[in-house]
Amino acid sequence: MHTSDSAAKVLIVDDEPNIVVALEFLLQREAYQVQKAYNGVQALELAAAFLPDIIVLDVMMPGMDGFEVARRVRQMEALEMTKIVFLTAKGTQRDKEAGYSSGGEYYLIKPFDNEVFVNTINEIMAYG
Amino acid sequence: MALSLIVLCSLAYVMLLFYIAWRVDFSAVKGKSPVNNAYVYALSLAVYCTAWTFFGSVGRATTGGLSFLGVYLGPSLLAPLWFVLLRKMILISKNQRITSIADFISSRYGKSATLGVIVTVIAVLGIVPYISIQLKAVMFGINTLTHFGQAAPAPPAELWLDGGFWVTVAMAMFTAFFGTRKLDPNERHEGLVAAVAFESMVKLGAFLAVGLYVTFGFYNGFDDLFTKAQVHEATHKMFSLQDSGITPFSWNMLMILSLFAIMLLPRQFHIAVVENTSPRHIARAMWVFPLYLLLINIFVFPVALAGKMNFDANIHPDTYLLSLPLASGANWLALLAFIGGFSAATSMIVVEATALSIMFSNHIVVPLLIKTRSFGQGKDLVSGAHRLLDIRRVSILFILFMAYLYQRSVGSTYDLVSVGLISFTAAAQLAPAFIGAMYWKRATHQGAVAGLATGFLVWAYCLPIPSMAQAGIVSRDFIDHGLWGISALKPYALFGFSGVDPVSHAAFWSLLINTWVYAIVSINTKPSTLNLTQADLFVNIHKYISWQDTDILKREAKIGDLKNMLDRFLGETRTLTLFREYESNNGVSLTNHQVAQADLVNFVETQLSGAIGAASARLVMDSIVKEEPITLDEVMRILEQTREAVEYSRVMVEKNTELKTLTLQLTAANEQLKNLDRLKADFITTVTHELRTPVTSIRSLTKILLDYRSELSEEKIQEYLQILVGESDRISRLINQVLDLEKIQSESIAPEALQSVDMEALVSRTATGMEQLFREKEVAFSVQNDVPGACEVQGDYDRLVQVVSNLLSNALKFVPQGEGWVKARLFHQNGFLHLQILDNGPGIPPEKQAMIFEKFTQLSRRDTGKPQGSGLGLFITKTIVEQHGGLLRVESKIGEGAMFEVRLPLNRFAKSTFAAAKN
Repeated sequence: MHTSDSAAKVLIVDDEPNIVVALEFLLQREAYQVQKAYNGVQALELAAAFLPDIIVLDVMMPGMDGFEVARRVRQMEALEMTKIVFLTAKGTQRDKEAGYSSGGEYYLIKPFDNEVFVNTINEIMAYG
Repeated sequence: MALSLIVLCSLAYVMLLFYIAWRVDFSAVKGKSPVNNAYVYALSLAVYCTAWTFFGSVGRATTGGLSFLGVYLGPSLLAPLWFVLLRKMILISKNQRITSIADFISSRYGKSATLGVIVTVIAVLGIVPYISIQLKAVMFGINTLTHFGQAAPAPPAELWLDGGFWVTVAMAMFTAFFGTRKLDPNERHEGLVAAVAFESMVKLGAFLAVGLYVTFGFYNGFDDLFTKAQVHEATHKMFSLQDSGITPFSWNMLMILSLFAIMLLPRQFHIAVVENTSPRHIARAMWVFPLYLLLINIFVFPVALAGKMNFDANIHPDTYLLSLPLASGANWLALLAFIGGFSAATSMIVVEATALSIMFSNHIVVPLLIKTRSFGQGKDLVSGAHRLLDIRRVSILFILFMAYLYQRSVGSTYDLVSVGLISFTAAAQLAPAFIGAMYWKRATHQGAVAGLATGFLVWAYCLPIPSMAQAGIVSRDFIDHGLWGISALKPYALFGFSGVDPVSHAAFWSLLINTWVYAIVSINTKPSTLNLTQADLFVNIHKYISWQDTDILKREAKIGDLKNMLDRFLGETRTLTLFREYESNNGVSLTNHQVAQADLVNFVETQLSGAIGAASARLVMDSIVKEEPITLDEVMRILEQTREAVEYSRVMVEKNTELKTLTLQLTAANEQLKNLDRLKADFITTVTHELRTPVTSIRSLTKILLDYRSELSEEKIQEYLQILVGESDRISRLINQVLDLEKIQSESIAPEALQSVDMEALVSRTATGMEQLFREKEVAFSVQNDVPGACEVQGDYDRLVQVVSNLLSNALKFVPQGEGWVKARLFHQNGFLHLQILDNGPGIPPEKQAMIFEKFTQLSRRDTGKPQGSGLGLFITKTIVEQHGGLLRVESKIGEGAMFEVRLPLNRFAKSTFAAAKN
């Protein structure tokens, strides 16, 4: 269980609703405040309004992909402190490098382990 | 001495040469070529020693001391390399049927006509002065003999009174006789070679005779002569290179120039390469030729010393060889010396003019004639051959007359050696392109053209043009002040490089710039395909031919003769065994009356060599083997194969274009393969991703159910289990469709699966199967058939069911719950059965319409709560329709639903049409 204030906010961005269902459950169980977006454009709009601490970001989405979303988030001053966690099926070294260079701090690969995912989010909130 | 005596002796000598040439040509026709001999080869190479050597070396030694040796040291130093270099030149030339140095260079760089012209122009312009000094030497000799001790008479203004003119005419006739008597595909002239070899012996003999006479008649041997010369005030400075005034720079340039000259002068290339009868002769020539050079130079210095000590400045040093015997009354020896010089001059002129005329006619005249379509028209080949010889004869006349004019106008102001070196420098311009031809594959046609052209221009600007200025033909202003007054452009001190003699200076700059331009342009241009093949042929010639193949004589003999001969040396049993061996190895059966081809002849010779040694074997073989006589067929081939004809003929151009097209096709095919590879990689990436997505949610949700079941409401558990079922279905659907796709793409429709299919019945049946789905979504389905009873097509029933079911479920997926409808419509148009599936879904944006038939394209998946497809459905559908020779297309506007149309050909009963449609 994470120990920071109860208002820690996470934005989930994924075009697969069933994956969003699972992520939402896992995060709400840890008492995070959760918002969901199903594509890049929606994600950017929500992020600007919601000002999440963490964005969990899929890469392969129709329209704008996750890397582009990350790049745009990094240009938003209000989201300076926001951490980006990529959660994607794209698992090659090149993909990871692309992820880090587009502004992501963490890179998790699908299919993911629930505990690893939750621990990662908790650690980010605890240690920044 | 009387002029008539000299003329008579010269004529007699020429008659002797004619006789030798005639005898040799005669026996060559009979199959025994005396020219096919290493000594003859080495001696004929001595055509290098011209009248310049004969008279001029003494002159040069007199004024420049030992510096005359440079011209002979270069070739001697190069001789050890012949085994590699010259051999490669010969192998390439025989393989490519190369007939001149222009041919060699143009062949290497993609059989370039331009290069042929450039090399020919360089050779002709560069060598004309050289020929002119031979004419001058002969005139010089005659004048010395007839007017010894008097001033030489000025040449008369009228042409027909000038002895030089008549010498020129005589030389032209002589050359035409030797060089153009027959047309040989390999440009070989046995008679000519024999005469040249004979002349080499005569000039060596004459020089040695005078040398011995001077050294041992005037003096008591070398010791006496040298001792006296060392103390004589006129000669004591001639003993060291320092005192001769030649700088190390000039010395080195001289060696480099002569080193190139021995390979690149047209006559040297002609004798060493074109007239070569076997590469085997190189080994012996490697030591015989330098020895010859040594012998002919042994007495140069003694004669020069003696002349200098005995004569004052009124006697030109170039004439010492004649003047010394004349002065002591040995007129017969002077006449012999003259004949020696005459030999040197004639052999040089004959070979050089022959080589130049081959280049001139093959690379300039014939291409022009072919371009104007006035030559070699089909049937007229034989008279064409005669015309070719006429062209050669006119070329020879033209070249010699140019030499005569040069000698009359410019040549008289120079001594023999200087003019010769101007020509050496011109020939050296061919060196970069020539050496690169054999050793640098990257060298391109453009590089060769650029290098040769710039080198030639620098040469012309630095040597012949200033020499014309000094002869008063053009203003000499630019020599003193540079072109346009720019001092960096002074022709004797380019870019401020002064203090060396003009020849070394010009050689240095022209070769440097030539090589540099050649290399830079080559590196920066792309070779043509032909250039590339030729480059490989030249650089890696050993890949293409073996030593054996290079014997020019296509030898054949009666098998009976071969057997008899082998009997005599090996015994009957051994011979029989060998022949049987040969028969079984080559899968042939031999009878005594057959004519053995070259490989059997070579086989027998190899066997014979084992018994009696290669040289004797060769001799024995020569006695029974004959060269293939030249037939009319052969002559026709010659004309067909004349390189220019090949270059210019339409056929070649067509082949070339064909080749280019093929190359393009190959490139395209390659590109397509690469694309396929990329598509396949993309496909695999996409499939993996499509599989991972459901696996991800299944894994996570299963774990949630396992770990936190107690925290979950019953509804949540229900929801999650529902998702798990859906996602599992999704995975199996995907797997099935990938398998379907694999199957459909890899297999065409099996003939036994073909049957008459009533499409109306098929649509109804498929829709019935999906009734449950329609009902669940409350969607109305109807069929409108405009052509009842006429909906039969040929096809694979199961696959067609798949088409209809894919299209129906696709429509069903997008129509709104409750008020949706789907319609099927059937009608004929242009011999096709049209099946349209219409719906009232949201429609497909125009920009996506082409995309939906691609693999893994899905639209608006978020908008429907229903499980999505795999993204393969429409792709599979399209593939099946196309396999039936049909067409699948879509029509749609946003908000107005979509219409998918399948067109299947009617009346397609022939099974073969399916195979055709498949492609």
